Amino acid sequence: MALLEVENLKVEFPTRKGVLTAVDNVSFNVEQGEILGVVGESGAGKSMTGAAVIGLLEPPGRIGGGQIRLDGKRIDNLSPDEMRKIRGRHIGAIFQDPLTSLNPLFTVGEQLVETIRTHLPMSAAEAKKRAIGWLAEVGIPAPDRRFDQYPHQFSGGMRQRVVIALALCAEPRLIIADEPTTALDVSVQAQIIALLKRVCRERNAAAILVTHDMGVIAETADRVAVMYAGRLAEIGPVAHVLQKPSHPYTAGLMGSIPRVGPRPERLIQIEGSMPRLTDIPSGCAFNPRCPKVFAECHRVRPELRQLADGAAACLLYEGVTP
Amino acid sequence: MNAAPIAKTGAPLLQVKGLKKHFAMAKPFLNRLLEGGEQQTVKAVDGLDLEIPRGQTLSLVGESGCGKSTVARLIMGLSNPSGGSILFDGADISRAPAGQPADIRRRMQMIFQDPYASLNPRWRVADIIAEPLRTYGMCASRQEERREVDRLLEFVGLNAKDGDKFPHEFSGGQRQRISIARAISTKPEFLVCDEPTSALDVSVQAQILNLMRAMQRELGLTYLFISHDLAVVNFMSDWIGVMYLGRLVEVSPAAELFANPQHPYTRLLLDTIPDLGMSKRDRQPAAGEVPNPINPPPGCHFHPRCVLANERCRSEAPVLRMYDGGVRASCHAVEEGRGVEPIMAQASAAHPLQAAV
Amino acid sequence: MSDTSFTGRLRSFADSDLFYSFRRSRTTVIAAVALALLFFGAIFAPVIAPFDPFDIAHLNLLDSELPPAWMEGSNPAYILGTDTQARDVLSSILYGLRISLFVGFASVILAAVLGVFLGLVGGFVGGIVDAVIMRVADVLLSFPAILVALLINGVMRGILPANQHESAAILVLVLAIGLTNWVQYARTVRGSTLVERQREYVQAARTIGVGRLRIMLTHILPNVLGPVLVIATINLGMAVLTEATLSFLGVGMPATQPSLGTLIRVGNEYLFSGIWWVVIFPSATLAVLVLAVNLIGDWLRDALNPKLR
Repeated sequence: MALLEVENLKVEFPTRKGVLTAVDNVSFNVEQGEILGVVGESGAGKSMTGAAVIGLLEPPGRIGGGQIRLDGKRIDNLSPDEMRKIRGRHIGAIFQDPLTSLNPLFTVGEQLVETIRTHLPMSAAEAKKRAIGWLAEVGIPAPDRRFDQYPHQFSGGMRQRVVIALALCAEPRLIIADEPTTALDVSVQAQIIALLKRVCRERNAAAILVTHDMGVIAETADRVAVMYAGRLAEIGPVAHVLQKPSHPYTAGLMGSIPRVGPRPERLIQIEGSMPRLTDIPSGCAFNPRCPKVFAECHRVRPELRQLADGAAACLLYEGVTP
Repeated sequence: MNAAPIAKTGAPLLQVKGLKKHFAMAKPFLNRLLEGGEQQTVKAVDGLDLEIPRGQTLSLVGESGCGKSTVARLIMGLSNPSGGSILFDGADISRAPAGQPADIRRRMQMIFQDPYASLNPRWRVADIIAEPLRTYGMCASRQEERREVDRLLEFVGLNAKDGDKFPHEFSGGQRQRISIARAISTKPEFLVCDEPTSALDVSVQAQILNLMRAMQRELGLTYLFISHDLAVVNFMSDWIGVMYLGRLVEVSPAAELFANPQHPYTRLLLDTIPDLGMSKRDRQPAAGEVPNPINPPPGCHFHPRCVLANERCRSEAPVLRMYDGGVRASCHAVEEGRGVEPIMAQASAAHPLQAAV
Repeated sequence: MSDTSFTGRLRSFADSDLFYSFRRSRTTVIAAVALALLFFGAIFAPVIAPFDPFDIAHLNLLDSELPPAWMEGSNPAYILGTDTQARDVLSSILYGLRISLFVGFASVILAAVLGVFLGLVGGFVGGIVDAVIMRVADVLLSFPAILVALLINGVMRGILPANQHESAAILVLVLAIGLTNWVQYARTVRGSTLVERQREYVQAARTIGVGRLRIMLTHILPNVLGPVLVIATINLGMAVLTEATLSFLGVGMPATQPSLGTLIRVGNEYLFSGIWWVVIFPSATLAVLVLAVNLIGDWLRDALNPKLR
């Protein structure tokens, strides 16, 4: 059984003009110790998927259908109190801006010790030792001195290291990281990615890495889910999805990323932009931008279809002839 | 063509010499009175030299706080330099405020980073694009102005009817097109592009970058392009300048910089480019972060993060020196030929540049 | 989408988030209805008031101190009774409302125009100009508003010849209240101006070569007016109350031209002689007016604040 199973997840936003569906019928699993990348452009519903899994959807957003199971037990219908116990102990969270995860009024050490003692049976002295160990683990120099400092005394990269320590210190088996490197400088991004990969591997923790950055996915994830307009376009092993994408959207996305090396005259571009939630096209949501579109695409919504390597939601793979 | 030395392409369109911008970090008056102490300054731009040949693109890259955006603001007159000179087509505009003198400033325009902030939310798109035309009195009548706005809208890939809408009705990419239409409305020769795609999604970024390349070909534009993304810069540039804490550490023809990076910081940056062709590569990322610009390290600013640093690097600031192939770098180690070879070998092994595509 | 015709604008307003949040707030709708009735009464007072309380020729002292229509010994023509001078209370209230609302609106407009101008200039020009404006604002803020209004009022009465006091009273009140209340507008607008002038669309205008005055008026001003509307609405209630207070203290509107505050002051003297209706009805009107305005102001503040939506 997979560590996390997400089945037909639907996230809705009631507005006065009707209910908007931000995540639409999304299913995937995360295995023990695996890093799943969730990638997509803004408005794809990737962050919303992550937030639904940790139960941190901003109201009025709500789970409108489907199930989320951790170790086979449903967690999508838990009360806020029960969910709070799951968060931290079983699921850790890392967000884009480290300052939102750290309380400016407490020292880094106090926050670590509190998190550890909330979730693990430990004395204060043991917890402190453990906390300093974690600071060292995430690569913070002079951890016993830094233990007593406040978040504002850390640089951006160091703060994100502290957030990673905080997310991992109760030894959860799943980590949700939402754009963990986006706010950081490029040279620091690489450090944080390497760190995240290392600690996940050493602890055999699984992670869902939500990002818009294909580079981060390429360096970190085992499998990747590509989202478009709230739906899964494609999911599969990273090497396969990035190098031999099955879905025309993934192919366009990969082609539009500038690369180093001899420069082309033009980048491959996908015309248009992601539809707003209020006017998602019927049939396949990608059809107005798709270079391989045919008549059926306007009518039939493709289901995620298992392929040799991974799965894609595209009528090209449903035996529908153009 | 990329590697052509600057001298051969005639007089550069833009020439910057010893450009400096120092910000005083003024403490509140009362604190200064009670605590005394000296005024601290941040050297956001600290003696910058560059030339941009007509019809080419020079990009400035670097991490946050390196001063690249300040350079853009100085050139456009949005900020007064503390020293140095800026020559546009031979005319000294270093002390001229934004928009003045009109006959020069009309020929240089700017595209901003945030398409959500760079358009006045209360103006219709047609008015936004027409504003430069009105300011410079370029259209004789309203009808002519409207025709020109429609033409510009279609040129950047929008619909002439879009002129009646407000910015909030457009996506980020479409707004950036509006911003571009406004910038080229005065028929400029030179565009300063300050991270024009960093707020956009990749598929939209590709559209905008393609548009900018096409514009350069069709209108013969010269670009100063500012970005933190080396892959984007590779697609756009003829020349690349790498900045670190207010100084240029390397300026080279684009192909040369990627194939043969000289400065250790350039190599560090190149090594951070994720390799999309090779998944789950484990690597040893360079340690350290950009230091606080209020109190930068003495000598070469990069020395605390540099594996090649020695006593000279810690005390003496290097200057830009010319090397083969139009490469200029400011590094004692490169100058002395110290430790370059092994690092180069390692860099190219870890980075099969040509194979990455 | 951008229909510029009147019906098009009306339709897009009826469809807007603002109108939606208005419709959903029952309190606000009730307050708006109450306010609309009061406005209607004030504007059309000469038409709908049963009597003209200032027409001495038609006053009949025999009708003085009549109780409201539903009480014993009343005259049904005087729905809310009459005062000691035989003036119809309802008519006095309608005419008084007119004056109160006029003073309220005029002083709010004066304060807003002055405050927006000073805030815009201070924020945009900065330096010594800004420092002077903001220090004056600080000084004004450090005194209670009513005290400052009293001071301005006193100074102006000192300047004007005594025989013009009554005729100029309304103007003096508007100036006194307006000059006291601009600080809040100035501070808000200055703050927004400081933010807006750093925004890229202002930088873009500068690189295009648009002049400073033009940037200030065409770019920044329209973008800092949102909060001003909220402050103005809330301040309208305050201004009406300040006017009433000044009139109650006897330095506002004279008894020959009574505002609600004057009516309350005059009626107050008779409160314990049994003719309570002379003071209770004007007071209730004032209370309803100020409450309604404040409720609408509160709603507007929340509805325009993106953080609370």
